[in-house]
Amino acid sequence: MDLVYLVAGMALVTFSIRYVLLALSGRVRLSAAMQRALAYVPPTVLTAIIVPAALIPNGETLNFSWTNPYLIGALLTVLIGRLSRNLLATIAGGMLLFVSYQWLLHRGIF
Amino acid sequence: MKEQATLTNTMAPNSRKTEFFKGVRDTLPLAIGAVPFGIIFGTLSGSAGLPAAAAIGMSVFVFAGASQFIALGLVAAGTTWPMIVLTTFIVNFRHLLYTATLLPHLQRLSGRWQALLAFGLTDETFAVAVGRWQSTDASPHKKWYQLGSMLFMYTNWNLCTLAGLTAGRLLADIGGWGLDFAMIAAFIGMVLPYLKDRPNICAVVAAGISALLFHGLPHKLGLIAATLIGIGTGVMVETLAKRDTGATAPTAGAERREIDPWI
Repeated sequence: MDLVYLVAGMALVTFSIRYVLLALSGRVRLSAAMQRALAYVPPTVLTAIIVPAALIPNGETLNFSWTNPYLIGALLTVLIGRLSRNLLATIAGGMLLFVSYQWLLHRGIF
Repeated sequence: MKEQATLTNTMAPNSRKTEFFKGVRDTLPLAIGAVPFGIIFGTLSGSAGLPAAAAIGMSVFVFAGASQFIALGLVAAGTTWPMIVLTTFIVNFRHLLYTATLLPHLQRLSGRWQALLAFGLTDETFAVAVGRWQSTDASPHKKWYQLGSMLFMYTNWNLCTLAGLTAGRLLADIGGWGLDFAMIAAFIGMVLPYLKDRPNICAVVAAGISALLFHGLPHKLGLIAATLIGIGTGVMVETLAKRDTGATAPTAGAERREIDPWI
């Protein structure tokens, strides 16, 4: 693993994505179809990260049960988000419920 | 229209300093939300096998939370650096949408300002700055608002990375503190506002199922596959819906969906 290449490469691609349209400003226009497709990028990337993190917490086996605190925590976080419609409340409430649920599991309450 | 013009003329425009600190203040809730991310990024980098210098380097030069987290996971799994850079490209591709949205406003700035603001165009700063750029008052200093937002996020992110690298590593079993759930909770909070129409819901469901199905693919290619399938599903459902309702309506297609992120 060459760490200098890793950090430089990540920095370069990230900055390029954020800057390229400004550099080409006026010369290149994103087509309507391209813009429509791009609008789906944020929710799909984030979901593709969340779902395996919650359902495959050990990185290998699917854990679809109530003894998986990441899954239960994620479902409770969705619920808080739906009710509060506030980002900070969703993160804080979700983490609090996750920690509480994990603690209950460790104590063998269930 | 005329009334508004008079109003802007009679009021002194916000000074650079006022704009700057307004940007800082409006970013505060999102910066607080990023604190657990930054701390856990610094804390977990050690166990992922990433030296402190590389973790700091990422926060200083890359400055993109989600991709930094994913890079940690990939480093821990022994992934080669070109694959991690490719994954970073896919994960951060969403930022192209942000520049596209701000393009009409940023186009007028000097090259130096454009490069500076582009470097700091995170999810959080975009969410805050887009509202300022699109507000109707004609302040000539709106760029200072975005600069305030990005410098606050940047300072906060790097301080939290340092806190994780130092204090965080002293705490045993940080996982038990629920910090490793922070990213899941924050991303859920960021996805929910999108789930307002059928194409987005279908896109997200397809991406989620695909991410599970393709999880076993090497080099985290499953993430890329799931994202592409999600985008394809969204576009397809949107096209079908338009065909059903009669796509001849003049606004269909031309209209960009506005997502208002919760702050």
